[in-house]
Amino acid sequence: MATQHSRSAARFMMAPAVVLLLGWMLVPLTMTLYFSFKKYLPLRGGDLGWVGFDNYVRFVSSSSFWPSVQTTLVIVGGVLAITLVLGTLLALLLDQPMWGQGIVRILVIAPFFVMPTVSALIWKNMFMDPNYGLFSYLWEFFGAEPIQWMSQASLTSIVIIVSWQWLPFATLILLTAIQSLDSEQLEASEMDGATTIKRFWHIILPHLSRAMTVVLLIQTIFLLSIFAEIFVTTGGAFGSKTLTYLIFQRVLESQNVGLGSAGGVYAIILANIVAIFLMRIVGKNLDK
Amino acid sequence: MARAVTTQRKAFNTLLAWGIGLGIFFPILWTILTSFKTEGQAIADPPLFLMFDWTLENYAVVQERSDYMKFLTNSVVIAGGSTLLGILIAIPAAWSMAFVPSKRTKDILLWMLSTKMLPAVGVLYPIYLLFIELGILDTRTGLVVVLMLINLPIIVWMLYTYFREIPSEILEAARMDGASLKSEILYVLTPMAIPGIASTILLNFILAWNEAFWTLNLTAAKAAPLTAFIASYSSPEGLFYAKLSAASTMAIAPILILGWFSQKQLVRGLTFGAVK
Repeated sequence: MATQHSRSAARFMMAPAVVLLLGWMLVPLTMTLYFSFKKYLPLRGGDLGWVGFDNYVRFVSSSSFWPSVQTTLVIVGGVLAITLVLGTLLALLLDQPMWGQGIVRILVIAPFFVMPTVSALIWKNMFMDPNYGLFSYLWEFFGAEPIQWMSQASLTSIVIIVSWQWLPFATLILLTAIQSLDSEQLEASEMDGATTIKRFWHIILPHLSRAMTVVLLIQTIFLLSIFAEIFVTTGGAFGSKTLTYLIFQRVLESQNVGLGSAGGVYAIILANIVAIFLMRIVGKNLDK
Repeated sequence: MARAVTTQRKAFNTLLAWGIGLGIFFPILWTILTSFKTEGQAIADPPLFLMFDWTLENYAVVQERSDYMKFLTNSVVIAGGSTLLGILIAIPAAWSMAFVPSKRTKDILLWMLSTKMLPAVGVLYPIYLLFIELGILDTRTGLVVVLMLINLPIIVWMLYTYFREIPSEILEAARMDGASLKSEILYVLTPMAIPGIASTILLNFILAWNEAFWTLNLTAAKAAPLTAFIASYSSPEGLFYAKLSAASTMAIAPILILGWFSQKQLVRGLTFGAVK
């Protein structure tokens, strides 16, 4: 059992990490809150005094707000749907016996390790460029008119790029979960004559539900704040401006810090709603 | 699995899985191939797959023209520095939580995790302002600190889950033999924890290497790492496919290789022990 001595030592050893994270959380958060109640334009007069909830109201009533919410939902929802469905199918396939499984796993996992700016640029230029991209050759080969991906289908493009990056993550986690499934249970159901589809619905899917929830929550948190993929592809043009990108533009591009900070507070609240659900699952697991 | 599988079925699985695997990997493969083409061959119609004159010219040009080494050095220093600093701070914290747990340990762990959920854009301006005030905007020091802080929760969590797997009986035996706290950590715990610490370093190095919000927003000419270097190719005058490919290949190759070693740790590190 821990002695009194080791207890105080433990507290002492935890202190640096706790203090640093506390500072990292509280200092910028307090500043964001402070700015959000001010009219603050660093390049046009600086601090112009308190304005109450003005920024909050203006952020929500600006003409770019609702489109940005819609864009965010489309991107997050689209990527989640694609990665969860394809990830489950891919994980089921990778769990099957085959030759060279290790190598296939390596191929599938690779996109996750590509830095976001690189994957965005590769897709934008080498695949989706209307003149020289591989897709345009492919479209022309089949006699179709090449698509102007970035301008005509900006959201689809971004969803494709981001899904490619996150499919490995979903697949890997779901595969891990499938492999922890009790194989005796599967064998028993097979002996009882359950079809593949029945087995999937009644045994595999319920077993995967927790892993799926975890993938969903973690991805949502990361996807809500995707930035580089938009920054280097459309720069927020053609209806691809997410909430994160809108705040970035308010703060750094138009230097309207008060307005951007109010947006930041909305983003923090949104992320926290998702985080609460994730924490509950993680917390339950800690008790075991 | 003990289930009997026909060779035919296995062959079908293999074919399908390899097809999909290669399809997913294709953009990376295509980039690597293109990096060995001339600019003319890179945009040839129809596209050239393997039958072209392989050249290393692009690699030479990219290195020469763009101070590639400077960006690479920045990436190594920033990712490496933030990871090591994070490890040094996290080891004692994770140790104490794993071996001297108190009633609040769980709350502290969850709270640490919650700081990771804070959207970066929500605190962009304060950090930007603080960086200017402290004179660390566009410095490697600044980025080391920020990336260390955003990854610290993951580092603590990963180490905690690894440390918890070390049987505490061994530590108690060492204590019985009169080992001090210091020698207990140094000679008993550390050797057993080295694989876990190494995995944690690996995954967090990768995460820091690829981080592309703070590295893009807090750097300019001096401290920009490879993420920012590649982003500079998005401007129209930078549209040279072969050179873009060479630059991209150099930016992702080292991390791709490290990443393949860290597959298993990825699950542990990014699901916070919720999926095993």
